[in-house]
Amino acid sequence: MELLTPDLGLIVWQLVVFGVLFLVLAKFAWKPIINSLHEREQSIEDAIELAAKTRQEMAELKSGNEKLLAETRAERDSILKEAKEASDRMIAEAKTEAQKAANHEIEKARVSFEQEKTAAIASLRREAATLSLDIAEKVLRNQLADRNAQEKLVSDLLSDAKLN
Amino acid sequence: MIRKFFGKLYFSNILAGLTFLAATTFSYAQEHHTDSSSVVNEIEHEAETVAKNIEVHEEKVDLGHMIMHHIGDDHKWEFAHGVAIYLPCIVKTESGFQFFSAKNLEDEHGQPVEYNGLKLEHGKIHAVDGSHVLDLSITKNVTSLLISAVLLVLIFTSVAKAYTKRGMAAPKGFQSLIEPIIIFIRDEVVKANIGEKHYRRFLPYLLTLFFFIWINNMLGLLPGGANVTGNIAVTMVLAVITFLVTNLNGKSTYWGHIFAMPGVPKWLLVILTPVEIIGIFTKPISLMIRLFANITAGHIIMLSFIGLIFILKMWAVTPVVTGFAVFMNVIELLVAFLQAFIFTMLASSYIGSAVEEHHH
Repeated sequence: MELLTPDLGLIVWQLVVFGVLFLVLAKFAWKPIINSLHEREQSIEDAIELAAKTRQEMAELKSGNEKLLAETRAERDSILKEAKEASDRMIAEAKTEAQKAANHEIEKARVSFEQEKTAAIASLRREAATLSLDIAEKVLRNQLADRNAQEKLVSDLLSDAKLN
Repeated sequence: MIRKFFGKLYFSNILAGLTFLAATTFSYAQEHHTDSSSVVNEIEHEAETVAKNIEVHEEKVDLGHMIMHHIGDDHKWEFAHGVAIYLPCIVKTESGFQFFSAKNLEDEHGQPVEYNGLKLEHGKIHAVDGSHVLDLSITKNVTSLLISAVLLVLIFTSVAKAYTKRGMAAPKGFQSLIEPIIIFIRDEVVKANIGEKHYRRFLPYLLTLFFFIWINNMLGLLPGGANVTGNIAVTMVLAVITFLVTNLNGKSTYWGHIFAMPGVPKWLLVILTPVEIIGIFTKPISLMIRLFANITAGHIIMLSFIGLIFILKMWAVTPVVTGFAVFMNVIELLVAFLQAFIFTMLASSYIGSAVEEHHH
């Protein structure tokens, strides 16, 4: 049973050695090691957290940018559309205006032409009447001299009149 | 997963330990009755039946004595036959302390002689007149203990220095060898069993425990090494300290589970409470015996293999036996880690159950 009987001397030594070993290691080894490990892990954890936070912020920023871009694009489109509408409207207006002005001019020209025409016709009528009267007068005058001459005169007069 | 695996393993180890214990006690009992047989003589007997044609002379090697001598403590450190360091003896007798070299207790033939009224009997110092003596000698185990303590202090203070010097930088060199082990013990053993809230308080003790057991297990495997963790006095001290740490930190939940297990009918407590009270003591006793038996059994197996050469007295058997011994040595290297791990694991789980604040 020697193997199973704890030896008192060894118990004392084991207590002393293990106790001292524990105190020395706890103070000079475990404390700095555990603290450093803890610190390092904490810093790694913090770094990971920060990275995640930054990534999220970046994503937020990016989505904000995209939103802004989309808004700007929409605004640009609407401005362009408005401008196009305005220009179209202006062109259309100008066209109508020009058309109206042209029509007015044409109308004016037509009216003045009608007036001229009427005047010309009237003067022509007067001329023709005078001419006829002259011819008639001359014919009547020539009738009194020679029959042939009278006829000739008439035809001459007629051909003259045709020139007009 | 890993815990399940080890769980299975240490149960088998408990079994192995108990079987070994039973075997040694039985053979010891036999030895006391018949004064002749021992464990190894049984092995020898088997070997005889296996190799019947080999004649074993009666002037046989007392292998049992040799093995017991090897795994036991001694006042000299014998590396080979005749090559020994005589260790200092510190003995408290009725007349006061005596300091002397163990060489004085032996004559030139290695036979015990009387010195200042003291004499070695079965490796222990006794007073010739039969009075009580307290042997506080630096024995082989104490020397090994001191060497391991110095090694541990050197290793871990240098690692600690690396931490303070390198700050938060990644570990380097020896530091990066030790760091995963420390983190493994901290996270998988201590934190897993004691819990986030209390684990830091017990971490220094449990780390010391783990590395102390591990390095002593490994030093014991060296040729000529002492069998420190296979000595019941050493494991007893470790178990008692763990017992004290556990029970002095016991919270109300812990004691409540022992004296009045919640959720159990009152009449059943009559049986359960004594069982739980016995459990308080069987836990450290199992720690003590498991480590002692596992390490001692490993030493006995290896010595038995090597002893076979001397029993069979046949050169041809040497390679086979050497192969087996090397195989066992490698297994023992694993056991050295495993037993340190298991001791720490169980100590953590006992402490964990004591500090747990459980709410049903």
